Order: sequence, then structure tokens, then C-alpha cells
Amino acid sequence: MNPVYYLYLASLLFTIGAAGVLIRRNAIVVFMCVELMLNACNLAFVAFSRLHGNLDGQIIAFFTMVVAAAEVVVGLAIIVSMFRARHSASVDDASLMKL
Amino acid sequence: MSPLHPGGLDSAAALAASTAYHTSTGEAVQFWILGVVAVIGALCTVLMRKAVHSALCLAGTMIILAVFYLANGAYFLGIVQIVVYTGAIMMLFLFVVMLVGVTAADSLKETIAGQRWLAALCGVGFGILLIAGIANASLRSWNGLGRANAAGNPQGLAALIFTKYVFAFELTGALLITAAVGAMVLTHRERTERAKSQREQSEERIRAGRQLPPLPAPGVYARHNAVDIAGLLPDGTPSDLTVNKTLKGRGQIRDVSQEAIADLRALEQRSESRLGRERGEGTGKERRADDDAREERGKEEGVTR
Repeated sequence: MNPVYYLYLASLLFTIGAAGVLIRRNAIVVFMCVELMLNACNLAFVAFSRLHGNLDGQIIAFFTMVVAAAEVVVGLAIIVSMFRARHSASVDDASLMKL
Repeated sequence: MSPLHPGGLDSAAALAASTAYHTSTGEAVQFWILGVVAVIGALCTVLMRKAVHSALCLAGTMIILAVFYLANGAYFLGIVQIVVYTGAIMMLFLFVVMLVGVTAADSLKETIAGQRWLAALCGVGFGILLIAGIANASLRSWNGLGRANAAGNPQGLAALIFTKYVFAFELTGALLITAAVGAMVLTHRERTERAKSQREQSEERIRAGRQLPPLPAPGVYARHNAVDIAGLLPDGTPSDLTVNKTLKGRGQIRDVSQEAIADLRALEQRSESRLGRERGEGTGKERRADDDAREERGKEEGVTR
């Protein structure tokens, strides 16, 4: 099987995630789409790692996972505090820096 | 996808390269089946209206990606993907979805005119650019991880992490601690005023003149006795006080008032007809007069309701 198929799949998933970020207005779903994009990048990294025959791609994917975990923790905390302040998780309502 | 390929540039070199490393037919079958499912899961993540459904679809896609990692020789990452992403991150998402709750449902009303179509167009254009770019690259063969994974995949990763990437690894440690502290700072709320005592609360309630005794129980005088069924007032209308506000917000309340009234009417009619039959043998006129009076009463009830 040709290695490009994995890259096609990764770019397709990345595109779907990017479109989701633009289309959806629920902050949680937007966040999930960002996660989808990160995962698609990881798939490309792993495929490249096998393509080149060394483990550096997997290391980068591993670091991406760590950063994604940190990002999710902070992002969800922001969503929760935003929801507490204005009782809505829609990104349209978050148009001011303060209440 | 095949028309996007640059066909037969230097087929001899490609043939020579492809003999170096072969992937099995099983992997191709797995790729095409699971790849389709992964794309469907991703599309459902974007298109599902409820955030919980989106989260579950995304979890499915992530598990399939873990299988792909395993198939690509990234055994450590495949397991980490399942443990960290589907185990921890998606559960955190579900937790926040539950916390944010009912009112988080996406409204379908567009705030910017044509935003959805423009966004979809941007997505399609971006995808075409990306896929066309990949199609232009000549990637034809794998080098394979046989040599790199010779001593085991986790061992190979560890050897790289603790030598070449040790500084980045330590930075990620600092990042994780910062994230944990940040999450605590963002969600922690200091109480600025004293909590009200029970006496103050009751005094407030009396001054406001709202419902003073405890709220009535649900399901009373209804056909079922359950929390999702509003209790019926004597005139047959459901009472708002008897059901939980959250259930009402979700639209999970079953209204049995019409059924209850219809049942009652049927019961009345049955008993009347039985009584009427027993009586009717004697005086037919009397019964008819009774029926007329009852019908009139029924109409009046309908009007008042």
C-alpha cells in the first residue's frame, strides 16, 4: 500500500476538523474539532516516521499529545469559567474581555 | 484518489523502490475499512447537533487512529492514544458537557449571514490545496521501522527522548504543571459573601411572597407516578410547580393530562352506560335527558378549559 494514502486520510481529517472549527459555534464542539486536527497531524507524523524509517516522527507525535493534553485542560477550564460568567457556551457570546 | 496521482514518472525507479518494503494486503483492507469509518466519525463530530454525540463520534475516530498507529509500528503511541485521548481527554470533554449541561445545545440560527456555506467552501478549498500538494509529492515506498524498532518500540523512543529530545521533554513537564495550576486558577472561585442561613432564606421567601410550603410532588393525580410526569390540577391541566426545571428544559416531560382526562371520560361513560342499561329498561326518556345534560356540561368544561 502506498504511504500517501495515510497522508490523504490525515489531510481529510484535518480539513474536516478545520471546517468544523469554522462552522460550529458551541465552544466545546469547536474544541473537539481542534483535537481532531491535532490527531490528524499525529497520524501524518506517525506515517512519516515509518516512511523515513526512524522514530523522530513518533517523538514529535508524542510531544503533540502532551501539549494537546495541557491545552485541553486549560481550554476546558476557560469554557467552564465562561459558562459560569454568562450561562452560555456559544462562541458568539464571548465577545467581551470582561463581563 | 488515483487521478490525483502523477502517473508513471519513472516507473522503473518506483518499481525498484517498492520491492524494498511491502505492506500486506491485510493492512490495505484494514486501512480502507477503518479509514472510511474514521472519516464518517469525523463528519459526525462536526455535524451532530448535541455535544455529547459529537464527543462519542470523536472518541470512535480516535480509537481508529490508535489502530492506525499500531499498524504503522508506533506501538507505544497507539496505547498512549487510547489511554490519554479516549481515556482521559474525551472523558474530560464529556465531564464538561455534563457540567455545562442543557443550555449548551447549539442553535441553528446563523448569526452571520452565509457563514456556514462560506466556511464549508473554505474547508473544501483548503482540503483540495492540501491533497493536491500531497499528490504532487512522489512518495512511493516505505523505509519501514524494522531497524528502528529492533530493540522494541518503547525502548527506541526512550533512547531518543532522554538523549536528543531531553530538553523538550523537560519543557513539557513544566508545561503540564503550568496547565494544571492554570486550570485550578481559572475554575477556582473565592466566596465573596457569607452563605445565607436557613432562617434568612425562609424570611426572604416569605417577604417575596412566593411558594411557602414545599413544592407539590410530581405524578399526583396523573396516570403514572414518576418524576417526569407533571401532577394534574383538579381541572386536568398539568402543574409547572411539580416538575424539575432541568427536565422541562430538556423537553423530557411527559404530559398525560389529555390522556388522563380521556380515560376519566371513558370510565364515566362506561359506568354511565352500564347504569343506564340497568335503568334504561325502565325509563328511556329519563336517560336521554340525562345524556343531554351531561353533554352540555362537557361543552362547558371544554370552554372553560
